Amino acid sequence: MINIEVIQKTAESLMAKAAIEIPDDYLTGLQKAANDEDGDLSSFVLEAMLENYVAAKEDRRAMCGDTGCPRWYVKMGNEAQIDGGPIALEAALRRATANATKSVPLRPNRVHPLWRTDHDNNVGIGAPEIEYGFEPDGNWIDLVTVHKGGLFGTDYRMLFPSDGIEGIKRFYLDSLVAFGKRGLACQPAIIGIGLGGSKDTCMVLGKRAACLRMVGDRNPDPKIAALEDEFKELGNNIGMGAMGFVGKSMVIDCNIEVGYCHTGGMQMSVHAFCLSSRRAVARIYDDGRVEFRTDPAWFTDYQRRETVEW
Amino acid sequence: MVKDNKLRKIRLSANPTAEALADLRIGDIVYLDGTVYTAREGVYKRVLEDGIAMPMDLPADSAANFHCSPAATQHDDGSFDLGAVTATASFRFSKWIGPWLDASGAKLIIGKGGMSSKDYREHFVPHGAIYLTTVGYGTGALLGRGVKQVSNLHWKKELGLAQAMWVLDVENFGPFIVESDLDGNSLFERENARISASLDKVYEGTRPAILKRFGETDDRSDEMI
Repeated sequence: MINIEVIQKTAESLMAKAAIEIPDDYLTGLQKAANDEDGDLSSFVLEAMLENYVAAKEDRRAMCGDTGCPRWYVKMGNEAQIDGGPIALEAALRRATANATKSVPLRPNRVHPLWRTDHDNNVGIGAPEIEYGFEPDGNWIDLVTVHKGGLFGTDYRMLFPSDGIEGIKRFYLDSLVAFGKRGLACQPAIIGIGLGGSKDTCMVLGKRAACLRMVGDRNPDPKIAALEDEFKELGNNIGMGAMGFVGKSMVIDCNIEVGYCHTGGMQMSVHAFCLSSRRAVARIYDDGRVEFRTDPAWFTDYQRRETVEW
Repeated sequence: MVKDNKLRKIRLSANPTAEALADLRIGDIVYLDGTVYTAREGVYKRVLEDGIAMPMDLPADSAANFHCSPAATQHDDGSFDLGAVTATASFRFSKWIGPWLDASGAKLIIGKGGMSSKDYREHFVPHGAIYLTTVGYGTGALLGRGVKQVSNLHWKKELGLAQAMWVLDVENFGPFIVESDLDGNSLFERENARISASLDKVYEGTRPAILKRFGETDDRSDEMI
C-alpha cells in the first residue's frame, strides 16, 4: 500500500523542482544551441537564458514568471495500491498543486474561462489535469508534473493521406514560423508532433511527445526516428532563432508520436514546450522509497503496444 | 563561451527623460531603475471601460507599465513573497493601448513580443513612448532579482493575484531589449522581414494542405498580430 501522505509530500517537492530546475537533457541541448548560434541578438537571448537557469537554482525561485499550467501524469504499476484509492490520490495532487502555488511561489494562472474567477492556487474545474497510464508488473506509482506554458506554439490540422510527408512538413513549418515570430512560442523548444489518432488523441499524443520525452531519444520506429532528425534540422534551418530574431536555434529536439487513425485521415498536431521546459518525476514504492528523476519514461513498449494482448 | 557581441547596454530610469528615450536605438539592451507597475487586461478594462479611478498617481509614481503577472504570493500578515517575474504577450492589448497611454502617461510599455508598428506610430509616437521587450522568454529569475521590494498591491480582491496591479521598486532590473524607438520603428518587424526573404527556399519540397481553412494565408511575411 502506497502511503497517501508520501504522495502529497512528494508531489509538493515535484511542483517546486519543475518550476525551478531546468532538466539536464534540455539544458545540454540549449548549451549546444548557444554554442552554434551566431546571430547577435539570438546569442544574447540564449546567454541570458543560461544565466537565468543558474539564478533560479541559486535563489530557489521559479525560472519563469509565467509558471505555466501545472498538470499531472500518473503511471501505476499493475500491482500498486494506493492508501485511500484514486479519490485520495486526486485530492493529494490537488492539495499539492494549491500548496506549492503559495510556497514556491507559482503564478496562480488558472481562471474560469468566462468569469475569470481566480482561486489564486492553480486549482479549479478540470485543473490541474490528471492523466493516467499503467504498466505491467510493479508495485510503484510514478508522478510526473509538467507545467507547460499555455498560449502559443500549438496547432492542429486534419490532413489526409494524399497530403503526404510534403503536407506534414508544410504544417510543421507553418506552425514554427507563425508562432516563432516575435518568439511567441518561447523557442528554442522541444517540438512534439502527434500524428493520427482522432482529433483529441492527436493533440494528446503531440503534447506528450513534447513534454514526456527526453531530448535526444528517438521513436523506436526507425523511419519515424529519421523523420525526427530531419524535422529537427529543418526547423533549425528556417533562419529564425530565439525571440524570432535572425538565427538558427528553433528546435532543441523534435519528437513524433503516432496513433492509429481513420483510414481516410492523417491528423496532425504540433506542440512547443518552451525555454522553461518544466517537468519533474518521482517514483514512489509501496515500502515508502521515493526516487526523483527528470525522465518521465512514459512512452514504453506497453504504451505504444500495437497488438490485442500484451 | 560568452560571445562578444556589439549590443549596447544601458541603465534607464523608469521615469525616463525625453532625451534618454531619444538616445535609445532598437536592439539596445536596457536595465531599469525606479518603480514599475503591472497592468494588463484586468486593469485596462477596469479603468478604461468601467471608468474606475486609478489607485496610483500616474505617471508621477511610475511611467513604466509592465504587461506582467509575477509568480508571487501575499502572506496573511500582508507581506509578499515574490519569486520570478516575466511578461505576457502584449499584442492582445492593442485595443486599449491608445486610451491607456492617454490615461497613464506611460513612457515605457514593457512586455512580451512587442506590438505592431502601426500601434507604435498611432499611439506610442504621439505620446513619446517606447516599447521594451523582455528577453527569452523569459528570464524570470533574473528579473526577480532586480525587484527590491513590492511597494504595493492594488485590486487584489477585485482582480485576483494574476491581474492585480503590482507596484515594484526595481534596481538594475533587466535585461530588456528596445523593441520600438521614438520614430515607431520595430525591431521584431525588421527581423521578420529579414527572415521572410529566404522562407520560400525553406518551404521547397512542401505542399499546401488539400483541405483549406477560412482566413488562411500563404503570405509568410504577414506579421500575424
